[in-house]
Amino acid sequence: MPLRGKDSELWHIFAQGLADNATLYHRQTTFEMNRSLVTIADHSREKIEYLIRMAQEFERRPNRLILQGRIVATLFFEPSTRTRLSFETAANRLGARVIGFADPKVTSGTKGETLKDTIMMVSNYADVIVMRHYLEGAARYASEIAPVPIINAGDGANQHPSQTMLDLYTIYQTQGTLDNLNIYMVGDLKYGRTVHSLLMAMRHFNPTFHFIAPDELAMPTLYKDYCRQWGIKYVEHKDFDADVIAGADILYMTRVQRERFTDLMEYERVKDRYLLKLDMLSKARDNMRILHPLPRVNEIEYSIDDDPHAYYFQQARNGLYARQAIICDALGISLEDIQNDPTIIK
Amino acid sequence: MKRQELIVSALDHGTVIDHIPCDRLFEVINLLHLDQMTSKVTIGFNLKSSKMGTKSIIKIADRFFTDEELNQLSVVAPNVTLVIIRDYEVVEKRPVSLPDELHGIVHCDNPKCITNNEPMQTFFHVTDKQHGVIRCHYCNHEQDIRKVKLV
Ligand SMILES: [Zn+2]
Repeated sequence: MPLRGKDSELWHIFAQGLADNATLYHRQTTFEMNRSLVTIADHSREKIEYLIRMAQEFERRPNRLILQGRIVATLFFEPSTRTRLSFETAANRLGARVIGFADPKVTSGTKGETLKDTIMMVSNYADVIVMRHYLEGAARYASEIAPVPIINAGDGANQHPSQTMLDLYTIYQTQGTLDNLNIYMVGDLKYGRTVHSLLMAMRHFNPTFHFIAPDELAMPTLYKDYCRQWGIKYVEHKDFDADVIAGADILYMTRVQRERFTDLMEYERVKDRYLLKLDMLSKARDNMRILHPLPRVNEIEYSIDDDPHAYYFQQARNGLYARQAIICDALGISLEDIQNDPTIIK
Repeated sequence: MKRQELIVSALDHGTVIDHIPCDRLFEVINLLHLDQMTSKVTIGFNLKSSKMGTKSIIKIADRFFTDEELNQLSVVAPNVTLVIIRDYEVVEKRPVSLPDELHGIVHCDNPKCITNNEPMQTFFHVTDKQHGVIRCHYCNHEQDIRKVKLV
């Protein structure tokens, strides 16, 4: 049963269950001594709830000087403007200074240098390193060698924990709880790193998942096995219409990309079947909210933007608060510190 | 058979690795870094074996390995027998077993894995000993241990 990178984070959790010495040692190094965030799979229910409470504080009062005197490095070995701006805004709004690079091609400093050398060099300057890398496992490796905490802002097809954290925060914010929710995932469930991470992070909260996808992009068996193993209920749907949507608390839309299809005829057949149109919301619950990791192309009709169920722009804004919480946690700043923060800018 | 017994019994103090498949002999030599060893090493190649047809055997004088070192052998030759001899006496005879972790032995088959792009040691967790499934500590890719490439 060979695994693809996207499927593989699953096994991280399997291994975690084994609680072998290596994992224990590793958790200690990354989450107690070193405080890095490499994957959301390492987080317990309590830790997720703790970070949500932290993000709530930042949503109430996002502008502070609690990180004054600190330096946050953002090292983007692969460009990702959206994620970088979100992290840099999070750091700037808390009074930190930001150093780093947005694209290694324009940075002679990293030319021909090993990742280790770059990380060790930057560790001399910065208190925490936010890094995005095209290689899988880069953040895990960096967290093992760096004397400062590492925050994974995406490592190839492997992990993107700050996206999952903002998704969890948004679900909590819109539903008032993470427990016992009906979460409908639509579109590309095969390659979608965000839906896989979210599925695994939700294992603590007794969700019921509904998977709505074309056959070629269906939720991989591995994740369905994972659901069974953790006692997570799931239902698969062929149709995507008002009757199906009627049962949803969260409608998590993703992009169906043409290049994911081996059979382009199949793409032409299904491409319009997973688009969300305004009239499909006629039976939706009042509390239902539509999420999307963005950018979208056409999978959510623009007329939905003004509908009260639309929530994807607020979701993107929550990335700021979730990342403020992630940076502070990595720096050893506690919820209590944030609640009793004398540096809040009114 | 007489000949092999002679080789084994000729060792008075050290480690014998028996029942090595002939096509894996050189991998075993590399894995234990026998080429860098200063003590006496005797290698028997293409010996007759009732169990295996032909087999190889390695005898290393005055050298004892840690369990971890020896268990790494299970990756290339899962059915070898270890014989530990101290002062002319066989003090231990046992098969090797797959360890929980593999450090610096196996190559990760994911070309986008950090371990294939950075001068660093690979690290695998053995997630299923029965079916021989290992998972890369860094990129999380899984591999079948019978199909791995050594570093
Ligand atoms: Zn790997």
